[in-house]
Amino acid sequence: MLAEFGFGVLVVSLVVAIYSGTAAVNGALNKSSAMVESARRAMLLTFPLISIAAGTLIYLLVNNHYEVAFVYEVTSRSMPTYLKVTAWWGGQAGSLVFWSWLLAVFTSAVTLRKWDRDIEFLPWVVLVSAVTLTFFLGMTVIFENPFARYWLANGNVAPSMFSPASGATIFTPDDGQGLNPLLRHPGMVIHPPMLYLGFVSFVIPYAFAMAALITGRTDDRWIRITRRWALWAWLFLSFGLVLGGRWAYDVLGWGGYWGWDPVEIAAFMPWLTGTAFLHSVMIQEKRGLLKHWNMILIILTYALVIFGTFLTRSGVLSSVHAFANSPIGPFFMGFVSLTLVASVALVIWRWPILRSETEMKSMLSREALFLLNNLLFISILVVCFWGVIFPLVSELFTGQKVTVGPPFYERATAPLFAGLLFLMAVAPLSAWGHSTVQTLGRAIWKSVTAALVIVVVLFFTYTKNIVALVGFFLVALALSATINEFWRGARARQKTQNENFFTAISRLMGRNRRRYGGYIIHISMALMAIGILGIEVFQTQTQGTLAAGESMDISGYTVEYRELASWDSTGEGVNHTRAVVDVYKNGIYLGELNPRIDYFFDSQQNMTIPGQRSTLRDDLYVLLVDWQPVSSIGATFKIFVNPLVNWLWIGSLVFLLGVIFAAWPDNDPAEETARRNVSRSNRQPSAAD
Amino acid sequence: MKINKFFLGGAFILAAVVYLIASSTQASAEYFMTINELKADGSAAIGKSVRLSGAVLGDTIQYDADSLTLTFDVAHVSGDNNEIEAQGGLAEVLHQAVIDPTREKVSVVYVGPKPDLLRGEAQAIMTGKLGEDGVFYADELLLKCPTRYEQAVPEQAANN
Repeated sequence: MLAEFGFGVLVVSLVVAIYSGTAAVNGALNKSSAMVESARRAMLLTFPLISIAAGTLIYLLVNNHYEVAFVYEVTSRSMPTYLKVTAWWGGQAGSLVFWSWLLAVFTSAVTLRKWDRDIEFLPWVVLVSAVTLTFFLGMTVIFENPFARYWLANGNVAPSMFSPASGATIFTPDDGQGLNPLLRHPGMVIHPPMLYLGFVSFVIPYAFAMAALITGRTDDRWIRITRRWALWAWLFLSFGLVLGGRWAYDVLGWGGYWGWDPVEIAAFMPWLTGTAFLHSVMIQEKRGLLKHWNMILIILTYALVIFGTFLTRSGVLSSVHAFANSPIGPFFMGFVSLTLVASVALVIWRWPILRSETEMKSMLSREALFLLNNLLFISILVVCFWGVIFPLVSELFTGQKVTVGPPFYERATAPLFAGLLFLMAVAPLSAWGHSTVQTLGRAIWKSVTAALVIVVVLFFTYTKNIVALVGFFLVALALSATINEFWRGARARQKTQNENFFTAISRLMGRNRRRYGGYIIHISMALMAIGILGIEVFQTQTQGTLAAGESMDISGYTVEYRELASWDSTGEGVNHTRAVVDVYKNGIYLGELNPRIDYFFDSQQNMTIPGQRSTLRDDLYVLLVDWQPVSSIGATFKIFVNPLVNWLWIGSLVFLLGVIFAAWPDNDPAEETARRNVSRSNRQPSAAD
Repeated sequence: MKINKFFLGGAFILAAVVYLIASSTQASAEYFMTINELKADGSAAIGKSVRLSGAVLGDTIQYDADSLTLTFDVAHVSGDNNEIEAQGGLAEVLHQAVIDPTREKVSVVYVGPKPDLLRGEAQAIMTGKLGEDGVFYADELLLKCPTRYEQAVPEQAANN
């Protein structure tokens, strides 16, 4: 009964979404504000509707309704309630509902804003959201219905929404399959929704961009309206990526955090275009340049978001993430192609009126360096895209399926990332409009000197590895140049406003949230680069079998095996085997670590949980690989030392702070408007006009 | 003149990226092969970087914890997704591969921790090289067990 109800509500939401889109176009074309208002209200209605459907699904999940195929696939009786709730996005059907629900939340929020100044955007924003929502709801209703139940007919059990044959009865399994034990981790619980939040919030800037194209408004209004949306989208996407990495590091037990798996790349690609977009919109706001480019970036981001959702769920590519070979694959490709073609057609149609208001003159001006930064991000995107589709391309042309592994990505992207670090140091120091080598040199020489000193010190005390030294030089340069920006700004303000240093720096930052939030993000990126350099260049590992009392040495650490215990935790259906090792560094006792292996009876699967000791200098990461029955030889361990990796996680926390700081609502919008008008009047007249 | 300056800069970046991609592709290309294809290539396949997929034979899994050496046999499965679907899905295809004694098989050696997902009827995706002794030496081992899980199952990547 409940399943039918949930399905019925989904169908109604689909109809409402279709109506909303149709009414929006109708209202806009016939200039009927009543019609547009009706479309807007229909859009608002999708939120409660999908919430009811989602609520029904959660009720079924929590209350062990295993006759529903989706519930059977993702939950089991032994799972705690919170995991049953989060199993909502543990499978394909549920995650499509989750996607639709998030989109309804965001679209409702955006349609509730004050539209007075840009009412002409409204029907088109509603249309784009409604089309996207219709697609996702359509996929759930037609192909991936989370409410489908098991029916027993003629001795066969098959999932179906309604009775497949007369005399068929509903089949209810006693227990579900349950969520994969590896996924029963707090990081995994919030990693998918974070990614999805990021994915879905990029739909809003895209919708406004399309509205701007259709209505022919060529100013930067759409960018200003969606600036915060894009920032929050970027925050969620970034955080989702970092959480995935952290989870891999904590749970998967291979001593790494990122494997260049196609699915990881699928989530990384919209991040790249999104990051480029966040940078290049500033140039349109400040200089009226790159209007075509911004349109292309947001269109690409939207397409990659849909493509990413599809890749994570398709099985097209050989990935360890993707499992089910789903019928929805071709539809996703079709939808991406259609929206891409339609959006690009719009851009071409509006090409002449999107001309730049000024011209880029100097190669070292800030806008030119921003453009270079954009090109680097796009280059990384091209590398990633090439790597992902290479097996398909090679099969098409040579008949032989050839793939590229992590070394490809590492080799091809490392110089590009290095270029980005360098730009992070230089670009903020250059001036809008015009900069020369001399002006830039004057601004940066102190930072270069500081970075060189740091590298020389590192050369004598830490490493002689050339790749690492180049990396550390760039990190140090970016850090010192950015910190110097805070210092310079605060000093200048201190002099003119007669404030003390701390008042000056806090007011400075408060008045220029986006700028200083951006600098905080730059600092966080440099910190993360330290962690990545550390683990990529300096990771060491060893392995061996130890009897009780024996020890192994690695990078100054001594790991001594003390004992091992194995016990069943029957309530959870798990057998734990836990080793105790003592850790010494240079003879000083540091404490014990407990690497363990959990064996899950229901899924007959092991889960290897490392014992970790984290410091700012390095992580000691001990894996229990195997053990012998008591009184025999002992246990086998694999041990990694991951230098500096903690900076990756520290950097990601700083990153969070930076984005929140940048995206936080301004308390005085009037002041911002006034400043904007000044900067606009200062624009140089364009030679082209 | 001004346009030329930016044009040259752009062309330089484009050339650099093309070079990066081309050289890196060449340096790290791995050939997707099924076990039948590997056997058909005979000695030509020896020493080539290959990504091989096959069904794990549960009885053959052996692990020497002292040297962390893992050995097992894998049986041929099709590399074509559509064909796998047509034969009743990955789980069914793996099952058939394991119970069919006439399938081509190859022994695999991998040094490292034993992956959690390794068991009979799992799909092993291995990157490595075929040795002169006919044994496949894997540097990387990924496993999929489609029988029980519909949803995304995380990677068991073990990089050496």
